Amino acid sequence: MIPGSYFLILSIVLFILGIIAFFAKRDLITQFMAIEVMLNAANLAFITFARAFNSLDGHIIVLFIITVAAAEAAVGLAIILLIFRQKETIKSEDIKLMKG
Amino acid sequence: MAHFLFFLLALVCVGGVLAMIFSQNQAYNALFLVLSFASLGGLFGLLNAPFIAVVQIIIYAGAIMVLFIFVIMMINLRIGIPPEKKKWTIYLSVVLALVLVAELILSVKGAFQGLSQSGGEEIASPTALGKLLFTDYLYPFEITSVLIIAALVGAIILVKKKEEE
Amino acid sequence: MTEIFWLIPFIPALSTLILAVFGRILPKKYISFQACFAVFASFVISVISFAGLLKTSPESYPLVKTLFTWIKSGSFSINFSLQFDPLSAVMAMVVTGVGFLIHLYSVGYMAEDKGYARYFTYLNLFTFAMLLLVMASNIVLMFVGWEGVGLCSYLLIGFWFKKHSAANAGKKAFIVTRIGDLGFLLGIFFIFVHVGSAEFTAINEAIGGGAFTQGLATLIALLLFMGAVGKSAQIPLYVWLPDAMEGPTPVSALIHAATMVTAGVYMVSRMNFLYTFSPTAAGVVAVVGAITAVYSATMALTQNDIKRVLAYSTISQIGYMFIGCGVGAYASGMFHLYTHAFFKSLLFLAAGSVMHALSGELDMRKMGGLRKYLPLTYPTFLIGAIAIAGLPFLSGFFSKDAILTQAFAHGQYFVWALGILGVVLTAFYMFRLIFLTFHGQERIEPEAKKHLHESPPVMTIPLVLLAFFSVVAGFIGLPVVIGKKLNLFNRFLEPVIKVSHEPHLSLQTEWLLILISVVVALLGIYIAYIFYLKKPQLPHRLNARFPFIYRLLYHKYYVDEAYNSIFVKPTVRGSEIIYDNFDLKVIDGVVNGSASLTGFSGKIMSYFQTGLIKDYALIFFLGVILFLGYLLF
Repeated sequence: MIPGSYFLILSIVLFILGIIAFFAKRDLITQFMAIEVMLNAANLAFITFARAFNSLDGHIIVLFIITVAAAEAAVGLAIILLIFRQKETIKSEDIKLMKG
Repeated sequence: MAHFLFFLLALVCVGGVLAMIFSQNQAYNALFLVLSFASLGGLFGLLNAPFIAVVQIIIYAGAIMVLFIFVIMMINLRIGIPPEKKKWTIYLSVVLALVLVAELILSVKGAFQGLSQSGGEEIASPTALGKLLFTDYLYPFEITSVLIIAALVGAIILVKKKEEE
Repeated sequence: MTEIFWLIPFIPALSTLILAVFGRILPKKYISFQACFAVFASFVISVISFAGLLKTSPESYPLVKTLFTWIKSGSFSINFSLQFDPLSAVMAMVVTGVGFLIHLYSVGYMAEDKGYARYFTYLNLFTFAMLLLVMASNIVLMFVGWEGVGLCSYLLIGFWFKKHSAANAGKKAFIVTRIGDLGFLLGIFFIFVHVGSAEFTAINEAIGGGAFTQGLATLIALLLFMGAVGKSAQIPLYVWLPDAMEGPTPVSALIHAATMVTAGVYMVSRMNFLYTFSPTAAGVVAVVGAITAVYSATMALTQNDIKRVLAYSTISQIGYMFIGCGVGAYASGMFHLYTHAFFKSLLFLAAGSVMHALSGELDMRKMGGLRKYLPLTYPTFLIGAIAIAGLPFLSGFFSKDAILTQAFAHGQYFVWALGILGVVLTAFYMFRLIFLTFHGQERIEPEAKKHLHESPPVMTIPLVLLAFFSVVAGFIGLPVVIGKKLNLFNRFLEPVIKVSHEPHLSLQTEWLLILISVVVALLGIYIAYIFYLKKPQLPHRLNARFPFIYRLLYHKYYVDEAYNSIFVKPTVRGSEIIYDNFDLKVIDGVVNGSASLTGFSGKIMSYFQTGLIKDYALIFFLGVILFLGYLLF
């Protein structure tokens, strides 16, 4: 059996990579994808612990996370589309409506 | 055998995300991410969670990323967007990220022992999950369905083109 | 029967409440009725209680009625409790009796005034406060009444508040008496620390039991006396009383002649065991009283305002009361208080009648020969003047004589000499007033002369009653020389005022002293007669010969000007400086500063709100790191 600590470290690494991806990129879509990466890292951690404690609660919550991520992706992408329609750009630094 | 599989999948996963970071093309980014998610599905399988593994592949890799690819297609940017000009922000975020890694490892350090020892051989079957879902977690289940409908309706209304007068 | 004595202060209090709330809408006639009736009812109860007191044995004095515990904080406890004993009885009857007559007089005097309801509200409030003062069984409650009468004095002096001089006079009275009250409060604190209770009986026991050293007792006595000096207008805190004449004349009669200003004398008499224990303090009291008596009488010599003369006369007469208390003859001091209440309020009310007749004129230089026109006012005024001069058989004679005799008997010859000098001066200035106002050639303004009329009965009846009492009130205090048993007043007060030793004078000495004071009084009257009737040009020639003295007296020794430049101007200047430097700069600076600080920090904060999601995400990230770090370490 593969020790759980491996998975946990992998989860952490994925999470950090997601964060770095978010800050390293300038276009909205890729930044959004980075968020999805972070969510998946969390899922991995949950499943790891579910296996460790022999409980199915971890699986259930992962199910919900995936569902919610799907819904969120749908709406988020719709918004990105709208922004593109309005501003003809998806560079995140061009969107400064909340300034001040 | 399992160890080998694990390292392979882990490598693919991390590699996919890294490639996503270094690539400028959105479409390539999306595809690399599909790769990552698929390997993640495999990892779930290694963790005695077959159902979740399948769900991951179907929904995440299959549906969500396809959504992404659709949107990328619609936006239709010919040129890629170069990364940040101000390199110092990237370096700063890397440094901070390393700090966070350290912190996170430290915080879960205590769990390492427990994780290695315990561990269920029982495979999480859809039956068991279904039972749990419809009894203990009924409310979140119903509410999540409402959420999905809301997202659906919201997404449609958001992108609906205004009626031309 | 004496159990109802605690109602005495509360009937006027109730009346005040009703008038305060409903005064504006009640009809004038009703207000007059209620206000006067309240005081009259108090008077009746006072008399009934007094009668009851005579029946009970002196061992049970004072009769105390505790109404409720007012303050309770650890070991510090003050009750709202009233007491009734001979001293309180005398004061209560004087306050309510004379007060009732003055209320009656005010109905006529203030008839045209727009602030009618307000006037009677304040007057009833004053009556309540004064009764509280004299009937309190502990010194803290007495101080409450003390401050209450001070407040009412301020309100009533500045009654016509739209007049600048009146408003200023009210402020002056309040502020000057406040200085005295500081001493009073310190005295109370010292007492409480060393006795543990504020009740008069407890203080008495403590002193008897030796809880105080001589030095401490002297200190406390002097501190309390400071309060008396302020309230009773002695040197150096007398300056407010002449200015207080800005108030309506009945107010001057009630507050600044008969009752409030005598509160100091009451206080000293109430604390007689303290002053007996500390001869130094008693000596100070007597000397201050004597000097004030003469000093103030000299200032009365040159005043032209009829009320001012009477004001200085009041200061002077209170000085006599303090002489009485200071030499150990507290009963004589109280006796003079009692007779003075009658003839001084009579004098004031009669002066008010004169002013009323002359449509508000109070300058004596514009009067003269009014004898013909005021057939009731003139005789009553004259009776008051004779009483105050101390001519035989009127009340003033007995009381003033008792004081001077006691002063001599206790060996205080300096005080006695000053007292005799005061008698001359008193007789002189009073009859100067009489001659200038009622005799001689008429110097009345033609306008005023047209409306010249005697006052209505509601004003003259009190005059007549007060005149009657000024004549007969003295007979309850016949001089000891005639028969000790006949001095009912002293005997009545004996249980409260325990004097350790009664000095003895030979019969001849006593008669001699009486003779001296009568002769001296007649001398004063004769000199006044010469100056103002026989040879009216004499005063002017004298002023021309000694202009310096005249100016000094006329300007009241320039004391007001001195106080102004020594105390008032520096204080005003000081507060202006503080205002500019502290108020404006520091306090406003803090308030404005905090506002601008908020604005500034807001501006800084807005730097963080770039609108870029990456920056926001960075801050999230930082937050997570910091939070995790905090949890870990």
